[in-house]
Amino acid sequence: TSDSDGRQVDSINNATGKELTKEEKQRLRKEKKQHKKSKKDDKGPPEKEKEKGKASVPAPSKPATQSPAHKAAPAPVNASASESPAAAEKPAKSKAELRAERRARQDSDRASKQGKKEGGQQSASSKPKATPNELQPVVKRLPEHVQVDDPAALKKLAKKLERQQVRQIHSHDLPVPLRSDYGYKVSLFSHLHQYSRKNPPTQQIRYSVNLHHVLGLQYSQGIIAGSNARSVGLLHAFKQVIQDYNTPPNEELSRDLVNKLSPYISFLSQCRPLSASMGNAIKYIKKEISNIPSQCKEEEAKGKLQACIDSYINEKIILASEAISKYAIEKISNGDVILVYGCSSLVNHILCEAFEKQRKFRVIVVDSRPRLEGRETLRRLVKKGIRCTYVLISALSYILPEVSKVFLGAHALLANGYVMSRVGTSQIALVAKAYNVPVLVCCETYKFCERVQTDSFVSNELDDPDDLIVTRNGKTHLENWQTVKSLGLLNLVYDVTPPDFVDLVITDLGMIPCTSVPVVLRVKNVDQ
Amino acid sequence: MPGADKETDLSERIESFLSELKRCGSGAGSLRGSAETARETTALLRRITAQARWGNAGDLMEIIRKEGRRMTAAQPSETTVGNMVRRVLKIIREEYARSRGSTEEADQQESLHKLLTSGGSSEDNFRQHFAHLKANVIEAINELLTELEGTTDNISMQALEHIHSNEVIMTIGRSRTVEAFLKDAARKRKFHVMVAECAPFCQGHEMATSLSKEDIETTVIPDAAIFAVMSRVNKVIIGTQTVLANGGLRAVNGTHTLALAAKHHSTPLIVCAPMFKLSPQFPNEEDTFHKFVSPHEVLPFTEGEILSKVNAHGPVFDYVPPELITLFISNIGGNAPSYIYRLMSELYHPEDHEL
Repeated sequence: TSDSDGRQVDSINNATGKELTKEEKQRLRKEKKQHKKSKKDDKGPPEKEKEKGKASVPAPSKPATQSPAHKAAPAPVNASASESPAAAEKPAKSKAELRAERRARQDSDRASKQGKKEGGQQSASSKPKATPNELQPVVKRLPEHVQVDDPAALKKLAKKLERQQVRQIHSHDLPVPLRSDYGYKVSLFSHLHQYSRKNPPTQQIRYSVNLHHVLGLQYSQGIIAGSNARSVGLLHAFKQVIQDYNTPPNEELSRDLVNKLSPYISFLSQCRPLSASMGNAIKYIKKEISNIPSQCKEEEAKGKLQACIDSYINEKIILASEAISKYAIEKISNGDVILVYGCSSLVNHILCEAFEKQRKFRVIVVDSRPRLEGRETLRRLVKKGIRCTYVLISALSYILPEVSKVFLGAHALLANGYVMSRVGTSQIALVAKAYNVPVLVCCETYKFCERVQTDSFVSNELDDPDDLIVTRNGKTHLENWQTVKSLGLLNLVYDVTPPDFVDLVITDLGMIPCTSVPVVLRVKNVDQ
Repeated sequence: MPGADKETDLSERIESFLSELKRCGSGAGSLRGSAETARETTALLRRITAQARWGNAGDLMEIIRKEGRRMTAAQPSETTVGNMVRRVLKIIREEYARSRGSTEEADQQESLHKLLTSGGSSEDNFRQHFAHLKANVIEAINELLTELEGTTDNISMQALEHIHSNEVIMTIGRSRTVEAFLKDAARKRKFHVMVAECAPFCQGHEMATSLSKEDIETTVIPDAAIFAVMSRVNKVIIGTQTVLANGGLRAVNGTHTLALAAKHHSTPLIVCAPMFKLSPQFPNEEDTFHKFVSPHEVLPFTEGEILSKVNAHGPVFDYVPPELITLFISNIGGNAPSYIYRLMSELYHPEDHEL
């Protein structure tokens, strides 16, 4: 066994960060092989789950070619892989047992349905009869970014980030930096993070030319903003990781690459919380990776993955926006006055296409402090030659009587029909409803999300509160807001719009009402 | 000659007042509050009554009407000027009627019965001369001035009746009346205030700093977040620039959105407005009462070349219809919007609605 590339070992195994001796590495490898074997035979024995590091990634038992029954296993397993690892040994074991039981049940069901005899029936017969001491969890584990007020969750996160180490070129691997909150948080939002733009986590990285650090900095400073742009940036960065990846010996690409991606994801989410579209993209990639057959050569596998990512971007984002423009242009008639809010790449694309197709309309751009994204929209539309008017969101009641349609973009569409979008969108929809102006939301299907939410408090993003400070006539009233004990600034990023304010959602699958979102999600899941 | 001196002195004062009115409206927001404007207007009218040459009530009313027209023309958006003029005219009518000895009831409203039975002109010419009219009118105007001094305190005294502890109150922009109202309640109750900053002038910032100095938990939110946080708000308390005759409001821009959001969540909307803001104007068309500021507040010149290709609007006021308002709190107590027309008839005479 060669040890030279054993040096660049799977650092997840090594919680303390120092290099392992040759004997230790061999021992680890043997243990891993043992685990693989024990999983193949029976799901019963509790030590199939390795302690500590490996516990966060319960490995799928066999490569996928062996039995189609196992294909179902990687998907739910990988979904929980990105979350906090199991806390202590004993609960981990029982959870592991339950997972094993569930997998066994799934296997047996599938096997009996398809009539295959491999693997499944063995586990069915040997399934332990112990009653589960937990109910089948319907709710997925709560994401970390809405548990800021829980000190236990914060400790878990800190431990997890320490373990995940980002690869540095020509240097030791470093743990992912943990970003601390800034400023006084309004009590209603104490369960969310509030970061300052002035200290991004990249400050703690001393020596790196890593693409992820650049990307992370761009996210945290707002240089790359907008869910499409962020997803595309993320996917390109992953392509780079896959390109640079070398499978360590005795590891399978399908399992190891997923682990390699986790520290990058953690780092990026420390820079700026992940958006729903990014979450869906990550799920897709992880699924694709784990579906790589084991006999595939490394180069071939890498090429395949890169092609997958390219086709994802092409289908879900670029072609989708073409399809949506086609539908949306039917809805724009000559003489229309269209109101748009903020900067949505999709809505801008639709308007530019409609203008090229010789539709006669004019646009009213509504903007709001502190982001003032509408000015970017204004620049793009004026460059095309579209007639534009510009107002701030407080002038909405003044300008709405002139408007014939409202086009809005979305950050995500939730499963109960609520639209999650930039803060202020719900206000526009509300006032438009009061004036009987139709509201059309444009959203690609890859942004559809299984979460449900009814208000803008439980899950949101708090931006830098210093952005609200402004100097007028030489006076800055809020300059020393930190020194005043009872003064707080709130800079929300997202809000949710109830479905009764939205008249139509235009997606690449067609024009649907807001309430049909769970139908689309179900169809998508069945397809995959 | 003393008479001529007095006159020139008076006209000087009037001119200076007019030029101040013209200037203050062109700045960012109102540099002086409506209360000060009202007080100054009333003081000026008292001076006119004292110093101008008039023989009988009719002459005086003519003079005041003329000056009043000039003052409202100088700054049409500042309605308190016109309101005070109308109040003084009403005072003159009352004093005249009292001097004549007739009851007030008779010339209060034009009833159909009166029109039919009395035939043609039952108008008073106001031509009779009364010796003590001047003194009476000046005394009544002094009472009006005292009333004006005490409006903010009267409103703040009612604060504890409307705010309970642990409430979340939302307000927009900066209103001195609401500020005093909340500070008074904060002496005895603990509550949380959310202030919408109201771009582009961001007067909400001043309001927030001043409230937080009194140890009131304050949060500044951008205008875009009004609907997002409205579900946690218990009451919305706002000030206004003018109360219109139908019970609607002409308030700072963004108030209509706030009112709609409050209606959607069934949150009560309380307007703190002293009586001198009540104006006999009706909102007939959307465009008739708008006032705009320079678009560079909205889209600054630093944006460069796109400025020439874009229309930018910076309206200052919003109309809020009376259906969205729950309660008016004024120095004479709390009233529903449907009662405003009655209050108006007590303050102004119908013939003075058009100056």
